[in-house]
Amino acid sequence: MLPLIAALVAGTLFGLGLAVAQMVDPAKVINFLDLFGTWDPSLAFVMGGGLLVNAIATPIIMRRKTPLLAEFFRTPTKHQVDKRLIVGGIIFGVGWGLAGYCPGPMLTSLSFANSDILTIVAAYVVGTLIARIALRAWERDRLSRAQRA
Amino acid sequence: MEIVNFTPVPAFIGGALIGLSAAFLLLVKGRVAGISGIAGGIILPEKGDVPWRILFVLGLILGGFIYQWMGLAPDLSQIQAQVGKGTLIIAGLLVGVGTTVGTGCTSGHGICGLARRSPRSLVATLTFMGSAFVTVFIVRHLVGA
Repeated sequence: MLPLIAALVAGTLFGLGLAVAQMVDPAKVINFLDLFGTWDPSLAFVMGGGLLVNAIATPIIMRRKTPLLAEFFRTPTKHQVDKRLIVGGIIFGVGWGLAGYCPGPMLTSLSFANSDILTIVAAYVVGTLIARIALRAWERDRLSRAQRA
Repeated sequence: MEIVNFTPVPAFIGGALIGLSAAFLLLVKGRVAGISGIAGGIILPEKGDVPWRILFVLGLILGGFIYQWMGLAPDLSQIQAQVGKGTLIIAGLLVGVGTTVGTGCTSGHGICGLARRSPRSLVATLTFMGSAFVTVFIVRHLVGA
């Protein structure tokens, strides 16, 4: 029960932060990305504030052997940069630039949902589902080929 | 370049709240606060750990509600999408596919990964930021001009 409450608290802080920072307004996001037009530097301060707190807290937290309410830390361990990372980043960037919505603000915007927000969230869910199914099939294929070899 | 609607103070406070949320999730659950990763694990679950993800996403929405209950300005209900339904669909699909293939979004790579000094997250953040800057430049200044 306690870990679930913790997840709810973390999500709530995150959503409140996005709302306070006005990152749920795609006009602000697109203006941040418009360096050569009407530039709104606010998003850089959101990233800066988030990074400042997290970059100080993370190394202190990671000195612990275990988290407070879980058996172990499940932070990503992979270090090498691969093609998948770059291709995914490019695709995500195009989508983000087109409408001004990344996943956090999109989901937080469900708190004042209208048909536009429901449309982009539905498309995001479908896109994620297609990619996860495709990646799963691709991984399985790669594994079975490796076993045969 | 013309600077518009710059709101550094709420941006920094909101950002700090997001950082606090990420630090809290790491401390308590040992998990990275990457929204696309958390949501992806609900949309097509891997194994058993779905409930905390659902509560985190409900929290995101609750956070938006709390902001509105507090009556803070600006009013969220005034926010408008900047593009039509067709573009919203394409953008949503691309964000879903891109964050899944690239294993993370603005939060997971940008705020959590950079804080852990992950080289992968640095490359990912520069890639999607660069791609988004180029996209807006093309849409606003080449196509829209």
